[in-house]
Amino acid sequence: MQNGNFGQEIMLRTYSADLHIHTCLSPCGDLDMSPRNIVKKSLERGLDIIAITDHNASENIQAAMEAAQETALTVLAGMEVTSEEEAHLLVLFDELSSMKQYQLLIYDNLPGFGLDSATIENQVIVNAKDEVEGFNDHLLLGATSLSFQKLVDKTHELNGLAIASHVDKESFSIIAQLGFIPAELDLDGLEISPFMTLTQALQVFPDVNRYPLVTFSDAHFIGDIGKQSTQFLVKQPTINELRMALRGEKGRGLGIRDWGLGTGN
Amino acid sequence: MKNKSEIMKLNQIIEKLNLTVETKTADLKVDVTGGYVSDLLSDVMANAQSGNIWITLQIHQNTVAVATLKELAGIILINGKKPAQETIHKAEQENIPILISKLPAYELICELCKMGISGRK
Repeated sequence: MQNGNFGQEIMLRTYSADLHIHTCLSPCGDLDMSPRNIVKKSLERGLDIIAITDHNASENIQAAMEAAQETALTVLAGMEVTSEEEAHLLVLFDELSSMKQYQLLIYDNLPGFGLDSATIENQVIVNAKDEVEGFNDHLLLGATSLSFQKLVDKTHELNGLAIASHVDKESFSIIAQLGFIPAELDLDGLEISPFMTLTQALQVFPDVNRYPLVTFSDAHFIGDIGKQSTQFLVKQPTINELRMALRGEKGRGLGIRDWGLGTGN
Repeated sequence: MKNKSEIMKLNQIIEKLNLTVETKTADLKVDVTGGYVSDLLSDVMANAQSGNIWITLQIHQNTVAVATLKELAGIILINGKKPAQETIHKAEQENIPILISKLPAYELICELCKMGISGRK
């Protein structure tokens, strides 16, 4: 993004971010999770940055970006991808073009394709006007045949962020699946689910302290958007700035609003 | 608790069930006191007993760390699953035998039960 005021330095400010939101493309995502609805609710909840993170799929990202175009909301290109160990990883990019490359790798390694119409009617592809464009006929709830390590490496190759999803949960978390977080894993952060406060998470899993911690809503329903968010102190809502905030570099930083479950309506 | 003479050795199981041995250096003459099956490593850490043979499809090197921590007799991968290369290295360093069975978990466990390997604590 160009800074219009040449020579004037951009100031650091707090961006409220919910970077884990499913759309109606995810089989478990509510049909009301359409681009317009998501953008509207995100703005209502005071969010500055969101990421669309469907299970192993990315077809609704562009529509959400378009729906947010005339607003102050930034939409990042994300995905919640399932590794061969059946652990979930949040992957975030600035550009749709990087996501498209990532998506190719995922579809090449995701068993289950050409599913029957009854299965795919819960995997809805929509446009920026919330109109149905079609259905995704991959088995999106399945696991890829790619290791967690491989998924993280590929994300970094494409200059994205790799954040282990809801590490405190009993299902589909890296800690549940692999017992502990492998030391050699170069994660940019760990997500704590809305079901635990940061303090609780640190008590139950002291090991997570090794990584930057974030928390997002993992919204599957409109009402859940922004219920949990992380504040990023950055200059711009870009992946490079978010990475600096996660690492605490050059004055960038993180803050978690520990609202807890069921509040924030 | 079984008598010493009734306790099965790992190499007897390997022979009987025609398992492939992936680790070159691990000791195969260890006692197998029982069995545990799970693909959640957190669950194995919580519930497996020392001396158990562990049946799983997970091939990540964390399996070796968990087996070492819980002092398991060895790991049997099901459905002919091949361990990752670094998993084999780790297992050889830690002296944890990794074996492969062509059988699915249910069939393999049925065979182990017939041999008297129990899952009771």
